[in-house]
Amino acid sequence: MLEVSGLSVEYAGRKGPVHAVDDVSFSVGRGEFLAVVGESGCGKSTLLFAIARLLAPPARITGGSVTFEGHNLVTMTDKQLANIRWQNLSVVMQSAMNALNPVKSIGAQFADALAAHGMRSKKLIRSRSAEVLELVGIDKAHLKSYPHQLSGGMRQRAMIAMALLFTPDLVIMDEPTSALDVVAQRSLMTQIKELQARLGFAIIFVTHDMSLVSHFSDRLMVMYAGQIAELGTTRNIFDNPLHPYSRGLLEAFPGIRGPKAQLTGIPGSPPDLSVIHHACRFSPRCPVKLDSCMTTIPALVPVEDTQVRCLLNGADAENHGAHAENHVRLPRTTGRLPGTRRSWR
Amino acid sequence: MNSVLRTLKSNPITRSGKATAGAIILLVFIILALFPGLFARKSPTAEIYTRNLPASAQHLFGTTGLGQDVFAQAVYGTRDVLEIALGAGLASTLIAALIGVTAAYLGGWIENVLNLFTDIVLVIPLFPLLIVISAYMHNSSNGVMIAVLTFTGWSYTARQLRSQALSLKNRDFLAAAKVRGERAWYVIVVEILPTMSSLLVAAFLTNGLYDVLFASSLQFIGLGDPNSTAWGTMLYWAENNEALQAGYYLQAIVPGAAIALLGAAFALLNYAFDEIGNPALRRVPVTRRRVSFRIASRRLSRA
Amino acid sequence: MRYVLRRAGFFLLTLWAAVTLNFFLPRLMPGNPAVAMMAKFHGKINGQALTALETLFGVNTKESLPAQYVDYLHDLVTGNWGTSLTFFPSPVSEVIRTGIFWTLGLVGVTTILAFILGTWVGAIAAWRRGSLIDSIAPPLLVITSAIPYFWVGMMFILIFGLKLQWLPWSGGSSITDTPALTLSYIGDVLQHAILPSLALLITTIGGWTLTMRNNMVTTLAEDYVRMARAKGLKSSRIMIDYAARNAVLPNLTGFAMSLGFVVGGAILIEYVFNYPGVGYMLLQAVQNEDYPLMQALFLLITIAVLVAILLADIATAIFDPRTRSAR
Repeated sequence: MLEVSGLSVEYAGRKGPVHAVDDVSFSVGRGEFLAVVGESGCGKSTLLFAIARLLAPPARITGGSVTFEGHNLVTMTDKQLANIRWQNLSVVMQSAMNALNPVKSIGAQFADALAAHGMRSKKLIRSRSAEVLELVGIDKAHLKSYPHQLSGGMRQRAMIAMALLFTPDLVIMDEPTSALDVVAQRSLMTQIKELQARLGFAIIFVTHDMSLVSHFSDRLMVMYAGQIAELGTTRNIFDNPLHPYSRGLLEAFPGIRGPKAQLTGIPGSPPDLSVIHHACRFSPRCPVKLDSCMTTIPALVPVEDTQVRCLLNGADAENHGAHAENHVRLPRTTGRLPGTRRSWR
Repeated sequence: MNSVLRTLKSNPITRSGKATAGAIILLVFIILALFPGLFARKSPTAEIYTRNLPASAQHLFGTTGLGQDVFAQAVYGTRDVLEIALGAGLASTLIAALIGVTAAYLGGWIENVLNLFTDIVLVIPLFPLLIVISAYMHNSSNGVMIAVLTFTGWSYTARQLRSQALSLKNRDFLAAAKVRGERAWYVIVVEILPTMSSLLVAAFLTNGLYDVLFASSLQFIGLGDPNSTAWGTMLYWAENNEALQAGYYLQAIVPGAAIALLGAAFALLNYAFDEIGNPALRRVPVTRRRVSFRIASRRLSRA
Repeated sequence: MRYVLRRAGFFLLTLWAAVTLNFFLPRLMPGNPAVAMMAKFHGKINGQALTALETLFGVNTKESLPAQYVDYLHDLVTGNWGTSLTFFPSPVSEVIRTGIFWTLGLVGVTTILAFILGTWVGAIAAWRRGSLIDSIAPPLLVITSAIPYFWVGMMFILIFGLKLQWLPWSGGSSITDTPALTLSYIGDVLQHAILPSLALLITTIGGWTLTMRNNMVTTLAEDYVRMARAKGLKSSRIMIDYAARNAVLPNLTGFAMSLGFVVGGAILIEYVFNYPGVGYMLLQAVQNEDYPLMQALFLLITIAVLVAILLADIATAIFDPRTRSAR
């Protein structure tokens, strides 16, 4: 349904272009839940907005294609995109307080979207708006409310309701839970998953919190410094992370059960993206790097069902001097994903 | 020397074309004010020349209805205008800073009283008040003009500075000063004000601009010192002389253009400061609407 | 609702402050100029008119200050504003009445026009960042806002009035015309209004355009504008409903503060063009040391500004739902 191929995005910066997204390729099938994780500045939000064609100068798509249901979104004009927008592809943003127009009521903002795609009858608009609000558990009286009159959780759910006005095929979510407290986060995630089961849309979910999506996503894409570090099913990546960065991320989250382990972070900071790197971008921080990691750009190679961008993996691994002992496996203490209960799946 | 040149070349003022233009104009006027004798050989007040002459090699801008040299007047008048603008601008910025920041820092009922006072003064229309006060005071020297302008002009800046100070109020370095036991006035003068320096400069420039305009306006309607050669006064005499109707255009054009130029200098500098403070306002290079994968050619961003 | 009440309260407070300032002003001035002025009236008026002036200026009166204040307030409310020197023996209230419509017409209409036009141009300049409008308008307007109002007026007179002789440049209407509701009179009035109106427009429009553009640029970067794009809304709708509606709010509050300058500009423009409004009257009063007229006009202008600010506050309450729920 969605096929991203070789997508690259640049920001025009003071000292030269900043390569925020570099040659990213992946696909999303119908009804799939793909999570994109990475630290701040790794390009995940930029990737999202690039897919939805919502970038604004100084950001620009400089290469690649985004094929959505047969159409290449990158080459389409705004007029052509207007048809697809919201009807087939909708967006949920991080902070509903910022994403909702403060001077218009919720109902008016729903009506805007509906009317823009041809719904003329006021009665129809009202009934559809009430319908989606019901889906997320908000009383339809709130159609008259303004964003600042709702609580944070309600606002977020209203945004999700708005995204579902046309039951699109794909909903892109940019950290929709970051502005909420832990309890609200959990309940929102469960609700999203329920809606997905009911209405069958696909989700691309961007977050920096790996443990949050572990329970809900089908596939997981780990990004680092604008590139895909690892891409595979959630289960595989959690059980057997191939990229040292993914491993580092997982080791940073404590498990609820199991023996007490020392929490380790990933020392150092992400690289400067205005400079073109001729090496693995993670190598300065990598605990298991080889010499050739600092001189060769690793390609994204398939390893069974997973794709990984690391010289320690893949067919050429041996050539680069990788040996069996370089593979440090996550201690399989419980065989469970961190932070999950016994009855996962 | 090299490092001085480097600073001159790369600081935010020189990088912005607007700011450079503004700074140069201001500099020219300052030099004219400081050394008028270098540029105007004739006396500005001597009424010895033939009246109402047009521009010529001897009188660059002609003469006035009283037989004075217009060019000399304009040059010497710079001193009056700059005195008033810089003096009143400085004074009103200082008062505004003290009142605004004190209100923000001390909070409580003091803040409420000061705020109310500021808002009331703010709302009363400046120019009519200036007219009324100047009309009553028959003494109209520069000093009086500065006092009157300051008294009426501090309120807008006070509001701006107060909101800035409010946002700074909870920063750590202020809490540290409080814990050290420093008194309120010390914290205000030594800790807060220096942090707000760019805003203070911008406020000073705004005040300077409006003081130039207001002072010239008052002089124009006859409330200034009729014996001075400030530009507003020059216009007053030109109007009295019915210069426009009679066809002696330079008498009216020259002083007005001078005021506009000086005002523009302040305004340009101010605009550039705005851009420095808020990067979103900087000039954006145009990119082509059609998406193409060749790097779109960009206009060099001339700021 | 609370918000409107609070603003109304502020309006009343400032009104009281202005009235009181008006009362104390002549009494605070050095050299007691009022005494000299009163001498000019000596023997020419008496009775109620004379007492009104005495109360206004605190001259020759045996009453205490608080008593004077009360009398002053009473006179104010009953329309007993004294007698004008310039237009002797007309009472001040009558004099003002003749001038006020000219000013309301010229200044009122021009200001509203400048606000609307300026806001609109500012919005477009920001919407099309990097386009021709955006590169020309801001620096041009920065410069025009620095030009003194009266000079623009004088240049207009020079170019359009004297040289090209396209339009009349003095007075509100031709001397030969008698005021009537005829087409020719109205046409004449409009003709006389063009140059002053244009001069006022040019000098006041800059501020609003610039602030609107700057606000709009910040607003366009907001998430809800991006969201509007994501929803596939039409460009024009996004620009108006989502961006401009939010960006104009600070401009409304700024409208209040910039009114002070508009008034200043109006006074000068009227003076330059001999336009028979209250601004011109004020300057005539100043030149003739006609203090009663001067004080009354000052108060009137202040009140007009306060009312306009209150209206702008009410408009903000209407357009910004957040103010309505504020504590």
